Amino acid sequence: MIEISHVDKWYGPNFQALKDCTTSVAKGEVVVVCGPSGSGKSTLIKCVNALEPIQGGEIILDGIKVNDPKTNLPKLRSRVGMVFQHFELFPHLKIIDNLCLAQEKVLNRSHDKAVEKGKALLERVGLTVHANKYPAELSGGQQQRVAIARALAMDPIAMLFDEPTSALDPEMISEVLDVMVDLARDGMTMMVVTHEMGFARKVAHRVIFMDQGEIVEDANKDDFFGKPRSERAQKFLSKILSH
Amino acid sequence: MFSTLDFDVIRRSWGYLFYEGMTFTLTLTALSALGGLIFGTLIALMRLSGYRLLGRIAGLYVDFMRSLPLVLVIFWFYFLVPYIGQWLTGASRPIRVGAFSSSLITFIMFEAAYFSEIMRAGIQSISRGQPAAASALGLTYAQSMRYVVLPQAFRNMLPVLLTQTIVLFQDTSLVYVLSITDFLGAASKVAQRDGRLVEMYLFAALVYFVISCVASYGVRRLQARISIVR
Repeated sequence: MIEISHVDKWYGPNFQALKDCTTSVAKGEVVVVCGPSGSGKSTLIKCVNALEPIQGGEIILDGIKVNDPKTNLPKLRSRVGMVFQHFELFPHLKIIDNLCLAQEKVLNRSHDKAVEKGKALLERVGLTVHANKYPAELSGGQQQRVAIARALAMDPIAMLFDEPTSALDPEMISEVLDVMVDLARDGMTMMVVTHEMGFARKVAHRVIFMDQGEIVEDANKDDFFGKPRSERAQKFLSKILSH
Repeated sequence: MFSTLDFDVIRRSWGYLFYEGMTFTLTLTALSALGGLIFGTLIALMRLSGYRLLGRIAGLYVDFMRSLPLVLVIFWFYFLVPYIGQWLTGASRPIRVGAFSSSLITFIMFEAAYFSEIMRAGIQSISRGQPAAASALGLTYAQSMRYVVLPQAFRNMLPVLLTQTIVLFQDTSLVYVLSITDFLGAASKVAQRDGRLVEMYLFAALVYFVISCVASYGVRRLQARISIVR
């Protein structure tokens, strides 16, 4: 589904954010990407739907080369859902309109159909009563669940999560993770940048560990948590699991 | 001193002052603000686009317009446009443009320079995550601007845009150099005709003052409301 091969990315001439990154996500697979801050994990996931351009290597998404100038990027992106650290709901639109905008403008669904789909998804994330509120009236956890519903409204073939719980208060993390766990169990293809190792243990198939722009470890979940081969991954795990 | 003044002249010329003069002033203000906003938004988008040439052209335009006194632009434009039109269409005579069209075009072009800077600040005030989220949903650049970025930028900048429109409302009085009957022009004509300069200019000042003050107060109220709702 997602093939990332030998990807290099530079910010300016002096800073290389990604160094020869190669990995893949198969259909129905849940892959967790972790690593210390600044390791390039967010950058990597943003390259998958070309929100960030890459300078070397190639990324292939469902058979379509992402970094090909001829690729219709809006069309490709509409098929991959993305959830951001800071939710990025559209503050000037009601919750239901947040869910309908892209359905209508990108997929050309009728307003009625879009609303129907939007309401069904709001029910799935348990927020039906908030359909006519504005994003600012919702808590962080609720906003992030709306953001997930908004991405799902496009019937994506895969979902990308960029630190979906990092900006949340601790008591709201689980409500978002619950939605993600359900999604994973339904067989959604997911690439998740997160520090939530509990989530990784529960539903991930593979774990990728990154450090300083490199993929240091790319292993099955059990291997990763059992006996990480690299010293850096061991150190990282001992730090975040000790609490 | 006031015993020699005759304020009845205001009552006698009321219809002329307001139905003719003020209608013209308000029409010119509204159309100029609307045109300036549309044109100004385009210029702002040019300046913020990735194309360096477009940005440079827009930047030069803004600097050029802001470096000239408005009254001079009004004046020059009135005399130049007929010849530019002639040159563009290849007509044998200068094109007749008319004082209203000429002043409207001038104000739109002039205000666009100011509105574009306001809209540029407004667009830059939107966090980069917003267009990223729009792109991630599959919206094109144009759709992301149209449905996500510009509505928010416009809302954030509404008080500033309205304040600039109040300035514009006052500036429209400069069309007197073209002998147009706007509100000030009408007052001035009555003043000359009846020899009531002091009364008419006092009254004109009062009218501009009251309208601008009330409008400013309205903008402040609006600002307070938006900042809460947000």
